[in-house]
Amino acid sequence: MSFPWAEEYKPKHPLMRWFDDRLPLPRLVYNSVGGGYPVPRNLNYAWNFGVLAGMALTLQIVTGIVLAMHYNSNADTAFNSVEHIMRDVNQGWFLRYAHSNGASFFFLVTYIHIFRGLYYGSYKAPREMVWMLGLVIFLLMMATAFMGYVLPWGQMSFWAAKVITGLFSAIPLVGDPIQHWLLGGFAPDQPTLTRFFSLHYLLPFVIAGVIILHIWALHIPGSGNPTGVDVKSPQDTVPFHPYYTAKDGFGAGLGLILLTILIFYLPNYLGHPVNYVAANPLSTPAHIVPEWYFWPFYAILRAFTSDFILPAKLWGVLAMFSSILLLFFLPWLDKSPVRSGSYRPTFRIFFWIWIFDVLVLGWCGGKPAEEPFVMISELATAYYFAFFLIILPILSIVERTKPLPNSISESVLHGEAAEAAPADLTGATPAQA
Amino acid sequence: MVRFLGFLVGLGFVGAVLWSLLWGVVAYVGSPPEQTAEQRLHLEPREISYSFDGPFGTFDRQQLQRGFQVFKEVCSACHSLNQVAFRDLRQLGYSEAEVRAIADQWQIQVPSINPDTGEPATRKAIPADHFPSPYANETAARQANNNALPPDLSLMAKAREGGPAYIYSILTGFQNPPPGYQVPPNLHYNPYFANLNIAMPPPLTADGQVSYGPGNPRPTRDQMARDVSAFLMWTAEPNLQTRHMMGIPLLIFLTIATILAYMAYQNIWHGPTSRRVRATGALDPENMAKNEAAEREAGVAG
Repeated sequence: MSFPWAEEYKPKHPLMRWFDDRLPLPRLVYNSVGGGYPVPRNLNYAWNFGVLAGMALTLQIVTGIVLAMHYNSNADTAFNSVEHIMRDVNQGWFLRYAHSNGASFFFLVTYIHIFRGLYYGSYKAPREMVWMLGLVIFLLMMATAFMGYVLPWGQMSFWAAKVITGLFSAIPLVGDPIQHWLLGGFAPDQPTLTRFFSLHYLLPFVIAGVIILHIWALHIPGSGNPTGVDVKSPQDTVPFHPYYTAKDGFGAGLGLILLTILIFYLPNYLGHPVNYVAANPLSTPAHIVPEWYFWPFYAILRAFTSDFILPAKLWGVLAMFSSILLLFFLPWLDKSPVRSGSYRPTFRIFFWIWIFDVLVLGWCGGKPAEEPFVMISELATAYYFAFFLIILPILSIVERTKPLPNSISESVLHGEAAEAAPADLTGATPAQA
Repeated sequence: MVRFLGFLVGLGFVGAVLWSLLWGVVAYVGSPPEQTAEQRLHLEPREISYSFDGPFGTFDRQQLQRGFQVFKEVCSACHSLNQVAFRDLRQLGYSEAEVRAIADQWQIQVPSINPDTGEPATRKAIPADHFPSPYANETAARQANNNALPPDLSLMAKAREGGPAYIYSILTGFQNPPPGYQVPPNLHYNPYFANLNIAMPPPLTADGQVSYGPGNPRPTRDQMARDVSAFLMWTAEPNLQTRHMMGIPLLIFLTIATILAYMAYQNIWHGPTSRRVRATGALDPENMAKNEAAEREAGVAG
């Protein structure tokens, strides 16, 4: 598809030839994730996580469809229907734990996928569209996860719905009407639950659609690679199948082991105990905390505590949304011609500080809004925005980057020649003349 | 242009958040937060080990039966258990006849209607029924308990930080308040409870409050608290044992599959057949020529 030397699909079986002549679906698959897609040969394990995210989405859709057969989206019975799934549905406990921990797994691998993109400059030309479609997927994932968390109608479900829709009430003038429109009332209730269930069922399929666009856009320039150097010759690539299908198979095995440990031995470790109490509009939980994958953004939201021209609450909401939306502009904020962080010594330092910064934000977001966590998250929020909007644009002008290898195969051979050639020359393995 | 606007937006956010930080620091230095009574006196759940701990943990049916007895004779006077059905007791090792007898003789009857008149009535429980609530509704429950609502216990072992250890700690944690600490009327001091003052009066008051059958440990207060907290773990997570048992073979299978996947991966990338698919790396003609040249230069190649 992307390179002239990509192998052409040649059906071996007459039936496949018959099929392919009438509907070239086998050809599409072959060119997308088969032998017809040439991929840089030097991808490291950081490139495993896209496939893992696709696997996680599949798992969520499959378990979710079965759960929806037993779930009841009625405010009076939703909580009990989840317990019915846990107790009376055959392997229902497995379905539910796989679905709730599967969401955590989905976010974990997606975050690593995004960090990979940031470090190796995958957002840069000509892959801006791939990056932006990925961000659309991420936003859809967040919306889906939030609405899914509301469905069990436990205490945290209810109060999360109230707090998150309450963010929109910070918008001047139209804020309150928007919140009421989202909830279908003045507080989360039956209309909220039914619409969230409907959207929670819909959005994963929208995600699947955007993933197709994401991969389509990716296949125009082809995959990036750890050197950030463009593919120049057939020596730089290997066919996706069998090379990367095999490598992804190994990665999928490791991912499934982690997920199995979570589901079978720590099923409630990432959850919050209060959500095992049925929703009660009259009793506010001591600490309203979202799931772990929202903690960094929750910390940013709560970091703005003093009015500064605009009200503090509005600042918090703007900052939380901006923290993701600014990523859409990243390809134009960071104009450094060098893609890979491996060849950008200064960028690399700021990048790893940023990773640490996000972890600190996550840690603070899971804590109650008390000191010193608020002060720490204020400092961390300042760095988060400074990194993208101030440091990166300046850095891309002033940074002295390391020399790039001439080609991918040269960079690969470099390592091999250094290790293999001297071993041959020591005489340990004499020439077989 | 994007960078210039981004720079301004960045300055805005950084400025606003540092402004908040400034006032936060001023407030923190000016009036450091004082420790509340809860922070000073609240205790984390006590350490206690159960048979179901760890990846190989299983329920001790004898213990669950004893815990059920404590629930039946003590807790069920005020607390409901509405997620659990009498039929579920089969998992505790009771026979079908025993379960039927337990349901039939349960002290609270199930709401029903009179089949002749349609008037509200009650009937004896059957195994398919869930445990009936001791109170008709929330108002009745609050009325009987100084306006406090005894929570449903089905999920209590998962609904509190610390799980069964928390329940055990609450049950054994009633004590006299420290000097100077005023307990509000109708409440009881318990340092394991979040706000220290619990509405529930001490339920396990004396050793031997429940009489266990022969062959069982002595029903001390500590033993009863252990047993009933284990029982409540079962009510919260009845499939715990199945889950533990299913995970091990699955993990063994996945480990073997992953090792095979790794070997397949290595074989495809570095195995003897991989060069037939496409010459790459040290195996591509250009690199081989370079290697040969290097070897010839060093005088190794024949």
